[in-house]
Amino acid sequence: MKNKERRFRISYYKTFKEPATKTIIYVVLIGIGYAYLYPLLYMITSSFMSVEDLVNPTVVWVPSKLTLDNFIRAWKVLEMPKSLWNSVYTSVIPALAQSLITALIAYGLSRFEFPLKRFWIVLMLATFLIPTQVTLVTKYVLFSTLRLTDTIYATFLPAILGQGIRSAIFILLYLNFFNMLPKAFDEAAEIDGANTFQVFYKIMIPLSLPAIVTTFIFSLVWYWNETLLSGLLLGNKIKTLPLELRDFVARYAVMFPTADGSAANRINEGIRMAATMITILPLLITYLFLQRQFVESLERTGITGE
Amino acid sequence: MKRTTRKALSGYMYVLPWIIGFGVFTAFPFFYSLYLSFFNVNFTVHGIEATFVGWKYYIYAFRTDPAFPLNFWNTLLNIVLSTPLIIIFSLIVAILLNRKLTARTFFRLLYFLPVVIVSGPVVAELVANNAASIVDPRRYFIYRFFQMIPNTISYPFLYMFNNLVLILWFSGVQIIFFLAGLQKISSSIYEAAQIDGANDWIMFWKITLPLIKPFVLVNTIYTIVDLASFANNPVNTSITQHMFDIDKPYSYSAALSWIYFTAIMVILGIAYLLFRERRKNRI
Repeated sequence: MKNKERRFRISYYKTFKEPATKTIIYVVLIGIGYAYLYPLLYMITSSFMSVEDLVNPTVVWVPSKLTLDNFIRAWKVLEMPKSLWNSVYTSVIPALAQSLITALIAYGLSRFEFPLKRFWIVLMLATFLIPTQVTLVTKYVLFSTLRLTDTIYATFLPAILGQGIRSAIFILLYLNFFNMLPKAFDEAAEIDGANTFQVFYKIMIPLSLPAIVTTFIFSLVWYWNETLLSGLLLGNKIKTLPLELRDFVARYAVMFPTADGSAANRINEGIRMAATMITILPLLITYLFLQRQFVESLERTGITGE
Repeated sequence: MKRTTRKALSGYMYVLPWIIGFGVFTAFPFFYSLYLSFFNVNFTVHGIEATFVGWKYYIYAFRTDPAFPLNFWNTLLNIVLSTPLIIIFSLIVAILLNRKLTARTFFRLLYFLPVVIVSGPVVAELVANNAASIVDPRRYFIYRFFQMIPNTISYPFLYMFNNLVLILWFSGVQIIFFLAGLQKISSSIYEAAQIDGANDWIMFWKITLPLIKPFVLVNTIYTIVDLASFANNPVNTSITQHMFDIDKPYSYSAALSWIYFTAIMVILGIAYLLFRERRKNRI
């Protein structure tokens, strides 16, 4: 009697409950995925549309004819490839500096006992809570007094001294990672006569590659997408892609004047979407190539600590 | 020299760059902007000359400035409304992704995508060209239903419908945090609960949620700071706009940023009080 009931329950689970739950989960995930992708899909399709398609209400997703005019114009107005190069070096240099220095700082905090250590750690975490705007004005004053505005130093110097974008997160990430590595390695190296810096780059660095990759990738992305500080400190001379996009409409009006009243030069959705697409494409391609590192990195580094 | 002293010195050597950087690029600008907000700045041949004006700019921000109060309250309201939505949403997605799914990697790739491409101007362009309004919510019954009830109750819901895509787009890092947290919960707890006859629903409330609570706090703080620093919000645009005002350069922006900072700190404080770990002294 009991057996019969149990067999029935198992079969009920196998045939009805599990597939139903799975289906619901997939539907929800795909639905959310659609919401995620919608702006991107919209951007891609409308950037290939001609003016006629854009104003035609019957054309929704598929353009009646593909045109590359939008991209050609957007490319010109965005000052590609100069702005792409600006973006690359203004994000790679601070990201490299940040990946290196946060590792050194975390090594100091992880492996040494010194007075006021807890105080520095708390202070470091507190810096994360300060929004960019609070120090925005005075950072500008500071760098213009030092005559460093519009140079790469304006972002590189804070980064190399551990004050880059969200440095606290990276230091914490390394700190957790180093704390997981056994201290026996360091001690063995020390007995063999290595100094602390040798321990750092011969033992710590090779073992913490995942943490380094994670830090570098996130740092790169955040520096690339940062516009508030860089707009103020680099904005006049070194125009990165997002900054070009910010001023896109104004610049377009200058480059393609509509003074003669012709509709041909008027800015439209297609051109603006093409510009947006050009802006996000470099990082998008990078992301698709390095997606494993991106998505799994945080888990492998155990950012979440104990 | 004793070994401990030598070690301590080495430790300080590694932390020293941060201490210097903190002094020059964080602490100094931080307090200097507080100082500037009480002064009027004049550019002279000798550099910057400051005259004390007291609370003038703080009062000006709320009394005289036509745009700032509205921008300020709107920004705060957006942060207060978006944060819980982002947290709830990312927790749900993380729980769904934590199961054995066939296309798990693909979904993770998809949900993390916005973190890579979101920057102020990109979002601004997408919103300006209606790419971020997924479907016209006004066509649906539920939206109209919420429009019928009084504004104070329905506002959060209408806000959610109108900004759905943006809320989703700001959840990438939070989803990853939650996933990492969920994977730390050992499956043996769930097995034990199952033997005791608990179903999924009970397990969520009694096991998952209590164990994930510290991550909720971390994520809430992250979300608030992230939203507060986002380049597009109206407060940030007013701060950058007023930077070089002829009659009040720097100071007024500094005052605005300190008003904003204080408000963000209050929100963070409330969040901390809500989600902090209470020490249970019961045996």
